Amino acid sequence: MAIIDAINATLTAGWKGDAGWNLKEYEARGGYQSLKRILTGDKLTPDQVIAEVKLSVLRGRGGAGFPTGLKWSFMPKAAPVKYLVCNTDEGEPGTFKDRDLLAYDPHSVIEGMIIAGYAVGAVAGYNYIHGEIFELYERFEAALAEARAAGYLGQNILGSGFNFDLFAHHGWGAYICGEESALLESIEGKKGQPRYKPPFPASVGLYGKPTTINNTETFAAVPLVFRMGGQAYLELGKPNNGGSKLFSVSGHVNKPGNYEVPLGTPFAKLLEMAGGMRNGRKLKGVIPGGSSSPVIPADMIMDCTMDYDSIAKAGSMLGSGAVIVMDETVCMVQALERLSWFYYEESCGQCTPCREGTGWLYKIIHRIEHGEGRPEDLDLLLELGGNIAGRTICALGDAAVMPIQGMLKHFRSEFEYHIEHKKCLVPREVQKAGSTFHTRMMAGAAC
Amino acid sequence: MLSQESLSRIDREIAKYPADQKQSACMAALRIAQEEKGWLAKEAIEDVAAVLEMAPMAVYEVATFYNMYDLHPVGTYKLTVCTNLPCQLSGGVHAADYLKQKLGIDFNQTTADGKFTLKEGECMGACGDAPVVIVNNVRLKSFMTPEAIDKLLAECK
Amino acid sequence: MLEIEIDGKALQVEEGSTVIEAAHKAGTYIPHFCYHKKLSIAANCRMCLVQVEKAPKPLPACATPVTNGMKVFTHSEMAVKAQKGVMEFLLINHPLDCPICDQGGECQLQDLSVGYGASGARFQEEKRVVLNKNLGPLVSTDMTRCINCTRCIRFTQEIAGYMEMGQAFRGDRAEVMPFVEKTVDSEISGNIIDLCPVGALTSKPFRFSARSWELSRRKSVAPHDGLGSNLIVQTKLDRVMRVLPLENEDINECWLSDKDRYSYEGLNSTERLTKPMVKQGGKWQEAEWNVALDYVAHALRDVAKTHGAAAVGALVSPHATLEEMALAGKLVRGIGSDNIDFRLRQSDFSLDGKRSGAPWLGMKIAEINQLDRVLLVGSFLRKEQPLLAQRLRQAARRGSKINVIHAADEDLLVKLAAKAIVPPSQLPALLAQVVKAASELKQQACDLTVAVSAPAKAIAASLVEGSNAGILLGNFAEQHPQAGTLQVLAQQLARVLGAKCGVLGAAANSVGGYVAKALPQADGLNAARLVAEPRRAYVLLNVEPELDCADPRAALAAVKAADTVVVLSPFKSAAALEYADVMLPVSPFTETSGSFVSTEGRVQSFQAVAKPLGETRPGWKVLRVLGTLLELDGFGYESSEDVRNEILGGTPEFVAGLDNGAAATASPAAAAGALERVADVPLYFADALVRRAPSLQKTKDAAVPAARMNAVTLAKLGIAAGDPVRVKQGDGAAVLAAQLDAALPDGCVRVAAAHAATANLGAMFGQITVERA
Ligand SMILES: Cc1cc2nc3c(=O)[nH]c(=O)nc-3n(C[C@H](O)[C@H](O)[C@H](O)COP(=O)(O)O)c2cc1C
Ligand code: SF4
Ligand code: FES
Repeated sequence: MAIIDAINATLTAGWKGDAGWNLKEYEARGGYQSLKRILTGDKLTPDQVIAEVKLSVLRGRGGAGFPTGLKWSFMPKAAPVKYLVCNTDEGEPGTFKDRDLLAYDPHSVIEGMIIAGYAVGAVAGYNYIHGEIFELYERFEAALAEARAAGYLGQNILGSGFNFDLFAHHGWGAYICGEESALLESIEGKKGQPRYKPPFPASVGLYGKPTTINNTETFAAVPLVFRMGGQAYLELGKPNNGGSKLFSVSGHVNKPGNYEVPLGTPFAKLLEMAGGMRNGRKLKGVIPGGSSSPVIPADMIMDCTMDYDSIAKAGSMLGSGAVIVMDETVCMVQALERLSWFYYEESCGQCTPCREGTGWLYKIIHRIEHGEGRPEDLDLLLELGGNIAGRTICALGDAAVMPIQGMLKHFRSEFEYHIEHKKCLVPREVQKAGSTFHTRMMAGAAC
Repeated sequence: MLSQESLSRIDREIAKYPADQKQSACMAALRIAQEEKGWLAKEAIEDVAAVLEMAPMAVYEVATFYNMYDLHPVGTYKLTVCTNLPCQLSGGVHAADYLKQKLGIDFNQTTADGKFTLKEGECMGACGDAPVVIVNNVRLKSFMTPEAIDKLLAECK
Repeated sequence: MLEIEIDGKALQVEEGSTVIEAAHKAGTYIPHFCYHKKLSIAANCRMCLVQVEKAPKPLPACATPVTNGMKVFTHSEMAVKAQKGVMEFLLINHPLDCPICDQGGECQLQDLSVGYGASGARFQEEKRVVLNKNLGPLVSTDMTRCINCTRCIRFTQEIAGYMEMGQAFRGDRAEVMPFVEKTVDSEISGNIIDLCPVGALTSKPFRFSARSWELSRRKSVAPHDGLGSNLIVQTKLDRVMRVLPLENEDINECWLSDKDRYSYEGLNSTERLTKPMVKQGGKWQEAEWNVALDYVAHALRDVAKTHGAAAVGALVSPHATLEEMALAGKLVRGIGSDNIDFRLRQSDFSLDGKRSGAPWLGMKIAEINQLDRVLLVGSFLRKEQPLLAQRLRQAARRGSKINVIHAADEDLLVKLAAKAIVPPSQLPALLAQVVKAASELKQQACDLTVAVSAPAKAIAASLVEGSNAGILLGNFAEQHPQAGTLQVLAQQLARVLGAKCGVLGAAANSVGGYVAKALPQADGLNAARLVAEPRRAYVLLNVEPELDCADPRAALAAVKAADTVVVLSPFKSAAALEYADVMLPVSPFTETSGSFVSTEGRVQSFQAVAKPLGETRPGWKVLRVLGTLLELDGFGYESSEDVRNEILGGTPEFVAGLDNGAAATASPAAAAGALERVADVPLYFADALVRRAPSLQKTKDAAVPAARMNAVTLAKLGIAAGDPVRVKQGDGAAVLAAQLDAALPDGCVRVAAAHAATANLGAMFGQITVERA
């Protein structure tokens, strides 16, 4: 189990690792109380539920930070068949919070989805689970079976007259299916190629029916909103940034893991919680919101607080809350090469600029990394990036370009050095020292 | 043809979706077929197409789009290592190098005894546990050290 | 109507249109690849990016709906930069092989790269290579050129009705391809060539034979099915090199069936007859035209004199031109005979003399798309009229419910509302049941005394729900031994439902034959009797009786026994060399002017697109000279137009006198036999031209006929699929392979007609026996 820690734990409160995921444990820590309150206690109307979520200013945890209550209110009231979808296709490099949510607290996601299903009037919901964490797909199915047996799912839930069922659907190795319309295509049994929008899923979604899609963490926060009250939830965070958020901290820290902190917590505090820099090395830069967010250099990030606005001000995005910490052993050219490969590898292939452009970008960066860069390459990268970003069906095109823009903005000299000297500013041996595995391997070899 | 057991597993997946949306079970059906057959030969894809009343090409599109379907035979144990940046920072690439050296194969190769296939994976959503290795698509192994890899290989009978 | 502005030009456009549609209507061209007006919107190529006021990013014109007050800039800096950027990406992995590419000169990528491409390539990495695929005998691939616009894929899914092509893999490894080792077998597959904006998909038969700019382009009309698809025939030095669709929204839209597209290969067949030939003392000799024609005139006059004019009969192909048909009729009648017919595969003529007019589609072709309920009776529609099947598919996509009554559960690649699949003999009874059921549902009186079966009830229930229903009788129904009854019943049903009712018509001039009076007008013998009651002399116009007639065996026997057989045809066949006495080379449709009257009654005249081959002459001219030689009146035509104007009384767009009504009552009777034959006319065996098109003959649709039965029938006969079997009708027999066909009802054997392998069998319908060979 990865490290989970929190300041003021709410979302992760009461988690007991693998031992605590089941229904009994969840109910013991107050689970399904929000649902009962809504359906049988206070008997809130769907509109009241949406109003409370709006009040909480719970913003989507999937990356874009769109206000959840507002999104729910877009669903057409009259449509007879509507769907709800949960996005657990967590594949954005650096993000691993939804995995822990499903591992240790699947019922919170289920409860959140039932409440959302009630609010938007959905007949059924699907949770799309990243293929690589198949064990959690199985666990989620087990949790669903528990919820169904307990009367939380199915016909006439808790005697309220509300019918709703929930199913798990697994991915099988395609990052693009995290994009909501690709995800819908994927549930429909097709390859995951994003749809052109408009129409948005709220009007034409799964099987052509109005559909609401939210991230796993977003749904998991919903019961909390009702347990605490919308206002209290909002006050957990900052104005316009309700609640606490899970940050997945990876890379060169001593304690990589998920940290639940109120939005607005200083980065420095988060770094401290994550055990500080590994082996006390110097921080070089941080990718603050998953691999597609532009890198922020050390000095700038130390002044940031972890919320949508502060990170945006620093020229990046909070995204999914995946904080990739890089120390001085990192060669930024090599790091970017790996990320560019990722976007090249994961492009779905339908839009010309993304299909052709991601490969071209990768090839150029690969050349630079391998000592075959040309002085004009850096401007070419930026220009090609400009020809991809904003010209594609989905945001993968932009996602492929932003890391490049960030790196060239803040670490251009390192790229220039590479081109000029045909080698890295950071010596290979130093680079290797950054890897724990390598250190252990060497240690093993020594003894 | 797929075994009766696979067919009934596929039926259970079909039941999750609206009656006129059988095709939604395509991904699960291909996974189940792959589990049964080891990999997805043309015939397996045709079988899935027949069960779900889809054009074989539509199933083939799915089978070739998602990384974890194997369109060629693989070893008894398929090991997939994440080498993406967050993992790399904690030794993902070195773990892969170690595996390559131990098994004497490169990525996308299978050992001569047909036991192991090594694959390079993309982000598995487990970066905090890096290095990570997935065994046969469904078992994710965290915090891989050289010792842990040795142990894993020894366990693979 | 919405008011928008494109490049400063104000215009009004319909709500719901896209920017690209609006622009094209306004005459502003927006570059594009993936967009196609007949296909769903993919918006994947990104070539059509334009600037829209207030939008921060360029938007794809093909997918952006217009809104009121929208201002679009197609040539602004933002737009052009975006378009150029996309063009650069398209070209980086595209091979620089324009000089050897068949698409050269008609390539959208090539054209647009002139306007939008950069001069120097900034891409200096290795280009991607994609392996070619074998799509079959008609479509050739160079997949490295593919730009992944997915038009071909969308065509197979949406228009052809079955996803034969797809895009496998992802990212820049994405490959447009058919399923592993599969070919593309749709009967309208060639359209993907036209749709492909680059040279990835090209015509296999045409490949490397000419550059597009060397070709003359002439308009023509397809000579095969009843649709009358409009063609652009491309020739080089009077040889037809390629056929493309000429867009006509009312007829073929922008499509062409493979038959219409590739049958031109038959024009260049080695079997072309290029000189008149006369058989003397059992030996064939080439002859001058005047000698041959003199011979014919003498021979016909002799027979008429010795045996009476009724000893002369003429069989005319329903693919002949209106003018040829009319002159053939005039000639025969001039001699004093009324023995002429073009309805060669028809076996029931009970409505002759009772019809109110010429049987026809009963509606405009384009109206098929609007039908909300359809009943298709006795039709192998995809193989009879590929593009009409496509129209039904479009209707179904819009919610039309399609119902079928047939003797084979042919996959129309469309979802059916209800169907009844019964042996041929049961078809009339079944249709009667539907009439009865529909009458009951509509609370109308019905004098039919039949017990209504469940499928008939389901069909009726579907039909009565509609407000614009159509009943279509297919070729199979027309060839049926109770075709008259089927037609009367269909009419009756149409009256009950307030529906349209039509006959599909098998050939390019199935309606024209009636108009040209190429059938008995008084006491003459119809096609069946012309065979059953052998004549002393036959004139065969474009007819190969051993393949074209309802009972090929009897037909062959009849012509073999005749004293004089005059063949007018573009082709010589081994069979004709045996039975004919004179062979006159007459022009195929590309080498003559003439007219076809389509199934919707539309008159379409065309000019020759090439000079007649060798000493070939247009049929109407040959018949004109023969008329003159026989000293008949009224053969003084100057042109084929003269002939046409005489028949039609001018140049109407549609012929008059179309009417499916008949003064007859239906008496459905089922003559239940032991085993019944179900005979289809395979698409590529249907007429003399297509039979000689080599590429079409390599397709799956041109497979050698088998004896197809369902599992029950096979088991009952103790035959296994694959076994060789002897199929017998009367004295005729053929040895074929038994084949399992789950689409057939019990007790039926499907044996295709119109093929040499089955020509020794008898009629297309009726009893048949099968035994292990
Ligand atoms: C390329 C791409 C990948 C994405 N991946 C994910 C993902 O893994 N998980 C996720 O929740 N959202 C992902 N998103 C965002 C989703 O499209 C969608 O906005 C989100 O699921 C909405 O949920 P929220 O409103 O709760 O944030 C991705 C978007 C893009 C363009
Ligand atoms: S931007 Fe890339 S990933 Fe997104 S739809 Fe287009 S090709 Fe696919
Ligand atoms: S024509 Fe609009 S994106 Fe291709």
